Amino acid sequence: MKRTPLYEKHISLGARMTDFSGWMMPLQYSGILQEHEAVRTAAGLFDVSHMGQILVEGEAAGEFVQRLITNDISKIKDFQVLYSPMCYPDGGTVDDVLIYKLDVDRYMIVANAANTQKDLEWIEHHREGNVVVRNVSEDYALLALQGPMAQDILQKLVDFPLEQLRFFRFAKGVNIAGATGLISRTGYTGEDGFEIYAPPQTAVRLWDRIMEVGAEYRLAPAGLGARDTLRFEAALPLYGHELSEDVSPLEAGLDRFVRLDKGDFIGREALFKQSREGIQRRLVGLEIVDRGIARHGCQVKADDRPIGQVTSGSFSPTLKKNLALALVESRFAEENTYVDVVVRNKLLKAKVIKTPFYVKRYKK
Amino acid sequence: MKVVEGLKYTKDHEWVKVDGSKAIIGITDYAQDALGDIVFVDLPQPGSVVNAGDAPAVVESVKAASDIYSPVSGTIIEVNTELENSPELINEDPYQNWIMIVEMKDPGELDALMDAAEYEEFCKEEA
Repeated sequence: MKRTPLYEKHISLGARMTDFSGWMMPLQYSGILQEHEAVRTAAGLFDVSHMGQILVEGEAAGEFVQRLITNDISKIKDFQVLYSPMCYPDGGTVDDVLIYKLDVDRYMIVANAANTQKDLEWIEHHREGNVVVRNVSEDYALLALQGPMAQDILQKLVDFPLEQLRFFRFAKGVNIAGATGLISRTGYTGEDGFEIYAPPQTAVRLWDRIMEVGAEYRLAPAGLGARDTLRFEAALPLYGHELSEDVSPLEAGLDRFVRLDKGDFIGREALFKQSREGIQRRLVGLEIVDRGIARHGCQVKADDRPIGQVTSGSFSPTLKKNLALALVESRFAEENTYVDVVVRNKLLKAKVIKTPFYVKRYKK
Repeated sequence: MKVVEGLKYTKDHEWVKVDGSKAIIGITDYAQDALGDIVFVDLPQPGSVVNAGDAPAVVESVKAASDIYSPVSGTIIEVNTELENSPELINEDPYQNWIMIVEMKDPGELDALMDAAEYEEFCKEEA
């Protein structure tokens, strides 16, 4: 089982640890509901050092990245971050990643922990031109400081004026608590916040300093449990749930991250065909009207027949409702359509509602 | 972790309080702590018949659903409807906030359960 540089810290904080695709990670500290609330109303600090970082560099790096992803890398400048799915030729999804443009010929791809090795192989396999691909995951600890108080807290530790760092931008070589790191205004919670990449040996000190200055802002350590409920309310996709090798980004509703007009890329033909012929399945938000919680894998029915599956389902701590994301036949994707979800052999009535369930309040 | 004297315990971390022919059933402190924040309780219909080992109720935390087994056979005569709107009561006081009451068909089935000391030992082995 792999451990992040903060493993001992989590244990000393009394975290309940869990196996997350081969990593021992904190599931919760005080409790998922409390941690969730802290992030929505103050701030939370997450260890997400299990995420993978893949460096792509060389003269042809930009062109190469452009072929790998569905979004348009030519639209971003240095020090910008781009979110994009990465597809197979059949339109299924390899992973959804963040791409940091470090330089005209240097890009850092941030991959889901469960997919890092697979992505590396996929990227290496398609490598062409003057490009070098390196797994640099071990060079970084990654902390996510998220919530409305995140800027005030982090500003106490850096000279860089965070006010000037806009959403999906980053600054590198920033001095933070004695370490030099990269700070981006990104996250996975539906709140304003930052992600901090720093050398692993500085992680514990960085964590301690952030917790120290955050105390007066009610900063709380937050685990993967809260990370999941937070991203769920913001309807941010989780690979293996909303996205998979069998689900295309168009089906998952990520149309605005698929740029069919940008030139050729892996999966373009299949995605173009889906788009032209009509997308058969769509990801929708569901409010469970009857009493009960729909979970990942629950069948969705209408007219007495299966029409899809729940991809994620939970009690929503912010909205105090039982909600779900589900992939259903497109004709049932209209808002206010009623469907049934099968939970423990019982049919629960559910209504298609707008996503995201919780609306982001990030800094523009 | 709290264990209450005078109750019977199951290996699935339910407690049973015996009141004549009635078995009052809930989940233990160990169980509520392991589950984490409880956000939903699915209660059975009063009047339904259960066999020992059936799972007539379900308790759900943020992360997962967990079956609640009846260690005794009989008829469910009452359920704690307060839990429908306040499932968190189980986290707050798991021994006060019972889940269901079974009118027992065979109180002899209780002999298979652990007493407080045995249960405490059992939890240590689990951990």
